[in-house]
Amino acid sequence: MARVTIDGHTIEVPDGTTIVEAARKIGGDIVPPTMCYYSTLKTSGGYCRTCLVKVTKGSDKDPRPMPKLVVACRQTVMDGMEVQNITSPEVLEAREGVVEFLLLNHPLDCPVCDQAGECDLQDLSYEHGDEGTRTVFRRRTFPMRDIGDKIKLHMNRCIMCYRCVKVAEQLCPERVHGVLNRGWDAEISTYIEKAIDNEWSGNMIDVCPVGALTDKTFRFKSRVWFTKPLDAHRDCDVCCGRVALWVSGDAVLRVTGRKGVYHEIENTEDGKPGWICNTCRFEKKNLSDWVIEGPRHIDRHSVISQNHYEQLKQLKQDLSRQKLIGEKAHNN
Amino acid sequence: MQSLTNRSKVVVNKKMSFMEKLYLPEIAKGMMITLKHLFKKKVTIKYPEQKRPVAPVWRGWHVLKRDELGRENCTACGLCAVACPAEAITMTAAERKPGEENLYREEKYASVYEINMLRCIFCGLCEEACPKEAIFLTDRNVPVDLLRDDFIFGKDKLVEGIEPEKRIDVSVRARAHRQIES
Repeated sequence: MARVTIDGHTIEVPDGTTIVEAARKIGGDIVPPTMCYYSTLKTSGGYCRTCLVKVTKGSDKDPRPMPKLVVACRQTVMDGMEVQNITSPEVLEAREGVVEFLLLNHPLDCPVCDQAGECDLQDLSYEHGDEGTRTVFRRRTFPMRDIGDKIKLHMNRCIMCYRCVKVAEQLCPERVHGVLNRGWDAEISTYIEKAIDNEWSGNMIDVCPVGALTDKTFRFKSRVWFTKPLDAHRDCDVCCGRVALWVSGDAVLRVTGRKGVYHEIENTEDGKPGWICNTCRFEKKNLSDWVIEGPRHIDRHSVISQNHYEQLKQLKQDLSRQKLIGEKAHNN
Repeated sequence: MQSLTNRSKVVVNKKMSFMEKLYLPEIAKGMMITLKHLFKKKVTIKYPEQKRPVAPVWRGWHVLKRDELGRENCTACGLCAVACPAEAITMTAAERKPGEENLYREEKYASVYEINMLRCIFCGLCEEACPKEAIFLTDRNVPVDLLRDDFIFGKDKLVEGIEPEKRIDVSVRARAHRQIES
């Protein structure tokens, strides 16, 4: 076991845990944002550098600070390690730089993009980014490629997080897409057009942190904040069948996996991530196909929860929590 | 209990005097006031021949703008609808087809865009939320109509014409907006 202190919060975690995972166990504002790291996908992380943190004390044995900022998703903890995330101005400045780089070629077509409202890059740039842009060059663009009849690829929006590649590698029996070319010209693509038709390929949409991979059956149907999210399940012999439905009236506009706190697919009861198959995602678009469990809880700061009302219970919980926080602040 | 304003009066059931019982002096006083107002300047105007001047940022009938090439600015992003406190705006988006590039500026556009003018409170939040400078409120009044259905304004009543003479000038409002934003 290793004791690690992140922004003044100490926690004991097993050896080999990454800083991000340790921070997530503490929770709250001190969790470094991640764009490419996905806890349930092996070897993900280390590409986007949004999770940079400062290690002010390496360990009890070797208390020297690490010379540079480290990526929290790859760096494992050591006993006695002290980490600064939001308490370090250096980290916040570096993160602002990272956001600027991520947005360098991003088209910022949020009004058109179907991901807007649940986009990790949108949240990240809102929280850490600068309002203006300093770049004077033309943004990099790619020709539109058709990768399949169910998934729409917008290469211009891609931030090269490799999550979809990991999904294809670890979920699908055969990977038919990947990153072609190098550096500036690197792009996600398939060699053969319309090649992606695997039963699990739809999960690429869920893991994509931006709007590069979107659902073609939902394309321009509605905005996410006009749809009502419901938890639902059905008996599926391929996948777990536990999904979130995005409903407008009686119409199921979109089916996705259940995304949890860090926008990752939640685990099912057996502890495995609840990936869903393409049949559930693209073909079951009737309310009668599903057993509705109830409204899905969306963070109240999210635009998706605008004009949506859940049970009063949740509201009461939120209120009593607010009251507690207020009392604490008052007593201090 | 002490009153909040110290202006309260105790009600008394006082007996009226002879003069008061006559009522005539009081009626005469009242008639004098009426007479005085007959010779005063009228506060009303003869609308619609005459119109009152309105502020340049008057919020009336909405317009959906086109750009200088005549393409619709609106991309049906839905921000106006989510900003609308009266939930008066609804829209349906559609994908632009090849050959329609001269009609719509971006790959998505609003195939249906409706504002319920009876719900609208003319607060201007839609204009503020719009990222594409597509919707503006203008100094035109919403015309009177007989049926409730006719107050649901679709794109035919909202989008400005392509011809230069049918364009609706919103430069004053747009400038005011840019000043607020900067």
